[in-house]
Amino acid sequence: MSILILTEHDNGQLNPATLNSVTAAGEIGGDVHLLVAGDPSGAVAKQAATISGVSKILIADDAAFANGLAENIAPLITGLASSYSHLLAPATTSGKNIMPRVAALLDVMQISDIVAVLDASTFKRPIYAGNALSTVSSKESIKVITVRGTAFEAANAEGGSAAIETVSGGEDAGLSSYVKSELSSSERPELTSASIVVSGGRGMQDGANFTMLEKVADKLGAAVGASRAAVDAGFVPNDYQVGQTGKVVAPDLYIAVGISGAIQHLAGMKDSKVIVAINKDEEAPIFQVADYGLVADLFDAVPKLEQELG
Amino acid sequence: MKILVPVKRVIDYNVKVRVKADQTGVELANVKMAMNPFDEIAVEQALRIKEAGGADEVIAVSIGPSQNQETIRTALAMGADRGIHIEAQHDIEPLAVAKLLRAVVDNENPGLVLLGKQAIDDDCNQTGQMLSALLGWAQGTFASALDIAGDVAKVTREVDGGLEHIEVKMPAIVTVDLRLNEPRYASLPNIMKAKKKPLDSLTVDALGVDITPRLTIEKVEEPASRAAGIKVADVQELVGKLKNEAKVI
Repeated sequence: MSILILTEHDNGQLNPATLNSVTAAGEIGGDVHLLVAGDPSGAVAKQAATISGVSKILIADDAAFANGLAENIAPLITGLASSYSHLLAPATTSGKNIMPRVAALLDVMQISDIVAVLDASTFKRPIYAGNALSTVSSKESIKVITVRGTAFEAANAEGGSAAIETVSGGEDAGLSSYVKSELSSSERPELTSASIVVSGGRGMQDGANFTMLEKVADKLGAAVGASRAAVDAGFVPNDYQVGQTGKVVAPDLYIAVGISGAIQHLAGMKDSKVIVAINKDEEAPIFQVADYGLVADLFDAVPKLEQELG
Repeated sequence: MKILVPVKRVIDYNVKVRVKADQTGVELANVKMAMNPFDEIAVEQALRIKEAGGADEVIAVSIGPSQNQETIRTALAMGADRGIHIEAQHDIEPLAVAKLLRAVVDNENPGLVLLGKQAIDDDCNQTGQMLSALLGWAQGTFASALDIAGDVAKVTREVDGGLEHIEVKMPAIVTVDLRLNEPRYASLPNIMKAKKKPLDSLTVDALGVDITPRLTIEKVEEPASRAAGIKVADVQELVGKLKNEAKVI
């Protein structure tokens, strides 16, 4: 068996989500190869080559791969697929965009968002916003899979020495073109890999009030997240959203402030190690999953929390 | 231009789903069903494009048992012009759905297919991308803004890092995210009117698609539940617990 993982990157830096997929691949078993498709791909390939457990890096360097367009990258992967038993990608917006296109081109059914590997063809994945766990097995000759990062440890980024090989291919399908990105820049840790997350909900009342949470986050070295309600209300940008259709996080500590705890939000954070809820509504469902609940007005409690953290 | 909008019938998003005791799936009997919320957003967007003069006809299509006709009627009550129901049993995998939709696209020749980015039951997030692959069309997934200008659609995508702007060649597949629009409610007169709108029924066999499942669901189980926590009296106690008991700060 050999497994090909689509590396996620921005043409300069490897996205750490790739490391969790390497661990999942290790549990499946077999040779693990990483595909770096980009423009340029060299720097990322060098980072990929040192990941423990990876034996080969395939570089596909072409302008058509620079922006991760699914129409261009999917045929590259299907062209390589016959040498592999499994094709993996992190279940990020990029992996979710590209892999189903790959699966359909290969006429195989994808397994989305796996959280456990039982054997090489049997996997667990959440359904109904994580309110049920489904065990699925696949007899497809090539298994196309996306991997939920929080469910697998990150592989060691150092210690490996994979061979680097260039693969040919690279054609612009002429169907889509990249225009620009508006990426949030932040000095804080990235939401999905932060060890502490402080999130705000509708109870924050205003985007400006998120400053209070940011101050707490900065004392803790935490990332800032939000519920759908807070994003819909325009308090914070979409990339803050934690939940069924946003980001899934599982930090050591998740502090939910002014979040009621709709099942769609819980789906994105209930695997956190320790959950704290601060909400003035004693009946809020968030308290049912919280290890430590504080029934209080957040506008009183959050500044006190910041003070108490010194 | 015609716009095709596939709509899925799922357990209503407010319902707390329960796993069946025999672990074969989740309980669907006597459970409130509704249109997948993302698909409602897709219907709304199709209607807005039509109302702005960008389309002539909005067609809602649903695949499943006869009750799916109710979901199509919901789309018709919102304002879709006609419906197509493809009769099939429960649990059709996204790949089979995409193949059935390809057959509908071949018959109807829409200029745009608008789909929800994922269904809130199986959470697969595959159908739009798969349909796009099968048709050889462009895909604009997770759209939070859509602007069609001639033979190009400008799509703003919600991605992990923020927003991404792309342009896709028409005809195209666009899958919609939460913030594209706020779907309208169907008015009572429109609900009445929808009953008279055309709704065709097709069979899987007539479309010549093999929908045999490729994956086997071995088991469906409840996730591990979290142990009950405690309430703390004040911020001081909270910080104390986090430092000394949980040891996470």
